[in-house]
Amino acid sequence: MSNFTRRKFLKVTGVAAAASSALAFSSFAIGGAKKKVVIVGGGIGGATAAKYLRMMDSSIEVTLIEANKDYYTCFMSNEVLGGDRSIDSIRFGYTGLAGHGVTVVHDWVSGIDADKRVVTTKGGKNFPYDRCIVSPGVDFKWDAIEGYDEKVAEKIPHAWKAGSQTITLRKQLEAMRDGGTVLIAPPPNPFRCPPGPYERASQIAHYLKNNKPKSKIIILDPKDKFSKFGLFMDGWKRHYGYGTDNSLITWVSGADGGAVEAVDAKTMTVQAAVEEFKADVMNIIPAQKAGKIAFAAGLTNDKGWCPINGMTFESTVHKNIHVIGDSAIASPLPKSGYAANSEAKVCAAAIVALLNGGKAPQPSYVNTCYSIIAPGDGISVAMVYAYKDGKIIKVKGSGGLTPSEFDSDMRAREVLYAHSWFNNITADVFG
Amino acid sequence: MKRKLALSAVLIASGFTFSTSTMAETPSATMLAYTCVGCHGMNGNSHGPATPSLAGASKDYIIEIMDYYASGERVSTIMGRIAKGYTKEEIEAMAEFFSKQEFVPAKGQKFDAKLAKKGAKLHKKYCEKCHEDGGASSEDDAGILAGQWTPYLKYTLADMMAGKSHMSKKMKKKMKKLHKKAGDAGIEQLLHYYASKK
Repeated sequence: MSNFTRRKFLKVTGVAAAASSALAFSSFAIGGAKKKVVIVGGGIGGATAAKYLRMMDSSIEVTLIEANKDYYTCFMSNEVLGGDRSIDSIRFGYTGLAGHGVTVVHDWVSGIDADKRVVTTKGGKNFPYDRCIVSPGVDFKWDAIEGYDEKVAEKIPHAWKAGSQTITLRKQLEAMRDGGTVLIAPPPNPFRCPPGPYERASQIAHYLKNNKPKSKIIILDPKDKFSKFGLFMDGWKRHYGYGTDNSLITWVSGADGGAVEAVDAKTMTVQAAVEEFKADVMNIIPAQKAGKIAFAAGLTNDKGWCPINGMTFESTVHKNIHVIGDSAIASPLPKSGYAANSEAKVCAAAIVALLNGGKAPQPSYVNTCYSIIAPGDGISVAMVYAYKDGKIIKVKGSGGLTPSEFDSDMRAREVLYAHSWFNNITADVFG
Repeated sequence: MKRKLALSAVLIASGFTFSTSTMAETPSATMLAYTCVGCHGMNGNSHGPATPSLAGASKDYIIEIMDYYASGERVSTIMGRIAKGYTKEEIEAMAEFFSKQEFVPAKGQKFDAKLAKKGAKLHKKYCEKCHEDGGASSEDDAGILAGQWTPYLKYTLADMMAGKSHMSKKMKKKMKKLHKKAGDAGIEQLLHYYASKK
């Protein structure tokens, strides 16, 4: 009896000693001072997380590492292609984040040591962390289409990361003769901004209709359906003669041989599944996967995306590393700017709680996504999401698409709300 | 007796466990409110040009309007779809958050001073009783009109006047009188007045 008590006593104290030494170790490891969060990638996800971490707990040291000095939003970049928006209006810097006490470092992250908890950069610097957030956006599968690689993309832009390629594509459209053909090749699922290629087709059609009306757009799609399908079809009928002999836009579905297999940059020819197509301006958007650093850090699964816990966005592969935005598998949340913004806030709240010895709070997420078919004609999709029984779920009864019966007045309002959304989300992220 | 009590305690405890495992916990007010600000601006102060600011509106007002959006009593482009995604408790928490933020009047909205002056008179005569302090008060539980984004006010009024959105009996009566006296131009003048309030 007394022996049992003694053993029990030893067991209890042993656990206590281990627990207290672990605690002492962790506070020693962080210098007993400020907790450090290092964020890789200054896009919508990373920049939002940086700002909100500082807002939620100003005792946390937040370092954001981003290669570029300027960020160009992908959302609304189609309006730049259509000619109604300037490239400068979608450019944002990082001084706003610095104002929130975020240390912004312009460098390229080359590796993350998950065991030692250190981020390493090309510039040769090491950044130790307590928690790391990886928000690298998407990368392209350059081997998916024969003859289309990073080098060719400078001449035949994907423009799926806004900035210099957006400008290139716009210039090519401006230089094109009236009567030319613009070819757009959307990627297979899953990819960044599901309605994006079709809004792009709409915006380019808007430009051509008013400036080069004899021109045509051919969309070569590997898919048989896409986001906001019915709403885009209706919009194209309203504005671009879709479905008539004189339609500005032709959409070739996967079933009809739309999948692009090879690109010949010299002859400006595309080999699709059935036919060959020639074009004056081409926009090839390749298949996508998680950003480079996600692979280098071993955060991806066999499909090339990052599995995460939807409550904290912590990687299910590596502890203390969180993945947000397009690289994360956060389905049913889409790969959109608003989703990245929403995920970043949930992730920041979880990290603040965990670093302070608490439990990650109950999340709530939203996505709202607008597409502008023509000036004064907008459509949207929205959804509220919750976390239940270990999963991110759509809240039943919420969300959905712009009703198809909306009149022109209501669709004009959607455009004004889309522009308001742009102003507010960019201020929320970078302001 | 003791045993019976203990048993019921167990039943209550297990009942509690059951309900938490099937129903998600209500997220905090900030967690919920942060999902709104992507469209409505930091702390609910919108950068416009159309999405309304929520900051500083009264809690009861926000709850009431969210109810109207969810039920369709107030028509909307997107808010109906979003309002349906929240429980009563969640809407109360969000409303509480935004009611505590300071309202910042819309920046850079143009207005015509002459029309605004006429609008001020109309406001005083027909609106001030419920929309106190020139439409700037939130204590009246009637929303903040002064310094609100004009397109939002314009759409809301147009939908109410067309009978598409709910309008209180009192407001209907007053708007009918205002419209009879000043016509569509009168409504335009009101909007200039609210835009003039900085």
